[in-house]
Amino acid sequence: MSTTFPRLLCEHAAQRPNAPALREKEYGIWQTLSWLQLAKMVQALSAGLALAGLKRGQHIVVVGENRPRLYASMLAAQSLGAIPVPLYQDAAAAEFVFPLNNAEIAFAIVEDQEQVDKMLELREKCPQLAKIWFDDPRGLRKYDEPGLASLDALIETGQAHVAKYPREFIEQVERTQPDDVAAMFFTSGTTGNPKGVVHTHFTLTNRGRAGASFDRLTSDEEVLAYLPPAWIGQNIFSYSQWLVCGYVVNCPESSATVMIDLKEIGPSYYFAPPSVFEGLLTSVMIRMEDAGAVKRWLFHRFMDVARRIGPKRMDGAALGLGERLLYALGNIVIYGPLRNTLGLSRVRVAYTAGEAIGPDLFTFYRAIGVNLKQLYGSTETAVFVCMQPDNEARSDTVGIPCEGVELQVAASGEILIRSPGLLKGYYKNAVATDEVLSPEGWYRTGDAGFVDASGHLKIIDRAKDVGRLSGGPYDGAMFAPKYVENKLKFFPYIKEAVAFGDKRDRVCVFINIDFNAVGNWAEKRNLPYAGYTDLAQKPEVYALIKDCIEKVNADLASDDKLCGSQVSRFLVLHKELDADDGEMTRTRKVRRGYIGDKYGVLIDALYDGKDSQYIETQVKFEDGRTGMVAADLKISDAKVFEAVKEAA
Amino acid sequence: MSTREFGDVVLDVNNISLSFGGVKALTDISFNVREHEIRAIIGPNGAGKSSMLNCINGVYQPQQGAITFRGKTFKHMNPRQVAEMGVARTFQNLALFKGMSVLDNIMTGRNLRMNCNLLLQAIRLGPAEREEIKNREFVERIIDFLEIQPYRKTPVGKMPYGLQKRVDLGRALAMEPKVLLLDEPMAGMNVEEKQDMCRFILDVNDEFGTTIVLIEHDMGVVMDISDRVVVLDYGKKIGDGTPDEVRHNDDVIRAYLGTTH
Repeated sequence: MSTTFPRLLCEHAAQRPNAPALREKEYGIWQTLSWLQLAKMVQALSAGLALAGLKRGQHIVVVGENRPRLYASMLAAQSLGAIPVPLYQDAAAAEFVFPLNNAEIAFAIVEDQEQVDKMLELREKCPQLAKIWFDDPRGLRKYDEPGLASLDALIETGQAHVAKYPREFIEQVERTQPDDVAAMFFTSGTTGNPKGVVHTHFTLTNRGRAGASFDRLTSDEEVLAYLPPAWIGQNIFSYSQWLVCGYVVNCPESSATVMIDLKEIGPSYYFAPPSVFEGLLTSVMIRMEDAGAVKRWLFHRFMDVARRIGPKRMDGAALGLGERLLYALGNIVIYGPLRNTLGLSRVRVAYTAGEAIGPDLFTFYRAIGVNLKQLYGSTETAVFVCMQPDNEARSDTVGIPCEGVELQVAASGEILIRSPGLLKGYYKNAVATDEVLSPEGWYRTGDAGFVDASGHLKIIDRAKDVGRLSGGPYDGAMFAPKYVENKLKFFPYIKEAVAFGDKRDRVCVFINIDFNAVGNWAEKRNLPYAGYTDLAQKPEVYALIKDCIEKVNADLASDDKLCGSQVSRFLVLHKELDADDGEMTRTRKVRRGYIGDKYGVLIDALYDGKDSQYIETQVKFEDGRTGMVAADLKISDAKVFEAVKEAA
Repeated sequence: MSTREFGDVVLDVNNISLSFGGVKALTDISFNVREHEIRAIIGPNGAGKSSMLNCINGVYQPQQGAITFRGKTFKHMNPRQVAEMGVARTFQNLALFKGMSVLDNIMTGRNLRMNCNLLLQAIRLGPAEREEIKNREFVERIIDFLEIQPYRKTPVGKMPYGLQKRVDLGRALAMEPKVLLLDEPMAGMNVEEKQDMCRFILDVNDEFGTTIVLIEHDMGVVMDISDRVVVLDYGKKIGDGTPDEVRHNDDVIRAYLGTTH
């Protein structure tokens, strides 16, 4: 059955008017908005937007954290047949120019003063931007700009109109069809301008439903919305599926209180990229290292038990009585309290996606009884392509194709997909659309991978990134940079890695240390340091990283195809790679090409066999100012292993 | 800043002199503060800035002169009377309850607004509970305003210094003051914390219309956010006016940079 988001809202409001739809923690209390209250707010907002001149088919940007009134604004726009375009709230103003002009956007609904300032700054470059509404009036009292008004005012004018013409809303909602465009998401894109991915009500609700039926989600789920709403993942989990299932979405008090709010809400359905799970684990480990000896012993003792028994238990394997008793005891002493501290006590289904997750990390959560699984999808596929069923979660696969998805692996190794949830196209970019969508409806994912013996899809790397070594002992061997980088990043001390090796005779890497983990490590060893740059260049830290790299090398040496990808030289970068400097995408993926150009002198130094290299780099702060970071970077060799020939 | 409008004089300091034994801390100081303005008192170490604030605050009794607050002139006041008139202050060396949570610390600022008697409060009878909820609501608004939600339940002693300063400000705001006295609000802060504090001071002034009198060492900060500045040196007033006027005042330059004799 196909439907639209506003129709789903009206259904919920009619069927269960007093059930909670959204909660937001404000002034220390979780404030609830029922479906009926939400519908009334959406009705008023849509009337206000219509009066302001928003027309069917026009785009409107929505920028901010997860706030109930911003969600309501998206619904209001969709009720009118207009198209909300969520943008990343932490992006610099300049990054908004392209989307705003590309979609000729004249209306913006933003969260607060910070976003208003960005929009006002853009007016010169985007003269069509006529109206800006803000949710939080703080600090905006003295602003006197044409077209700037509060959401309160918009709701008020809307309410007055609704009182006179109460039928208008429902007529507008009826006019919007499932095949109409529902939303547009700009993909961060590792190269060139971002592309607007166009999705209809049908594609988004269809995928939302497919995911919901796969995990039997109900209206009783609790979800915490804390990731950027501009990211399709957040949009699917806390918008599409929220309206499809009718569960409760909770908005945290502020980005700084997410951990506290997570614990208070105890979501039953949880989604996070691997970096969040990693951050959680790191915080636990750091606190455990500072705990008393007895606690520490207990923790390590029972975590060994959990690693042995937990995954088996999660996979539904039969356990012996002894194992069951031991695990039950561990559950009382360690796992239960730990899940509670992490805010994962009530999690029934948890997903991670977007990046490879380390086997240790993945096992940790499953071992303590969190049903963590992986899925595969992208903005273009409205997320759900492959999902791991309960009891079949593996750290190195992404699951089986879900409802409605056809999957094919091209001769080049690239994965092709046909699904009802595919994008309608890229906005005003037929060339790019034709590149990824074949006339038969196959979508080129750009990922290289294969389906393994158990029917699970396994991803190796981006298809275009898979390169070849040239010259040296491993001439012509396959080089999958992401594969190497991920292996490195699984070490807690390494935050980011960038591997180079395509068309070269050996592999070299840039390393970003994890400031928290390495900082803690250094403090434990009475190693003084002045900041990131200083810590990164300590010989002790180089020895630590070298050790990690050599472990990876030993591991790679045992792999026939990839033993040429062993890392022979490395350096630790003097600054953290940052999206503000264009080195990463907003979803924290490294932009290898850009980094290669920017730090060309460092790459040359790596391959020329130098011992150190001086570099000066411009950095951009969050408020748009710039500064310089300079350092003399050391370069170190790492031991490479002989290929381990498997016995014939 | 020049376009800002101010109301009537709310606080008028007339010929105040204060001495401790033979030491003259303040000599014949006069200045006034208008409604809604941000008024700074600056001066080198030992110039008498904190003594001045303590006189306004009622902690010290000046031997000469009078302070007029909203048209009423007082010769002797105690701190409680001053507080009841709507003057709140923060402290140079933080006087928070280190073992208590942020929430409780700010709640103490509501003390004057709690009218139920001790017995009712002790056993949480209806009126006491209602009053508590009402006051808690107000405190939550301050917590929201100062963006310290993550620390609600954190003991103040465990927090970084910059945040403690913010809690101190929060407690003063909890009194819903008409006039806020800030004793070196930026002392010991790093650049980022100073910027945050500046923003909060301007926001308080802007959103609540609170009149602010602040003592500050950091000249950059003072010149940026104040509407008018009083300069003290050795207990005497040597300058008074807008930041620009003060910056070009010869006496002030001499006091700050020194001159050859």
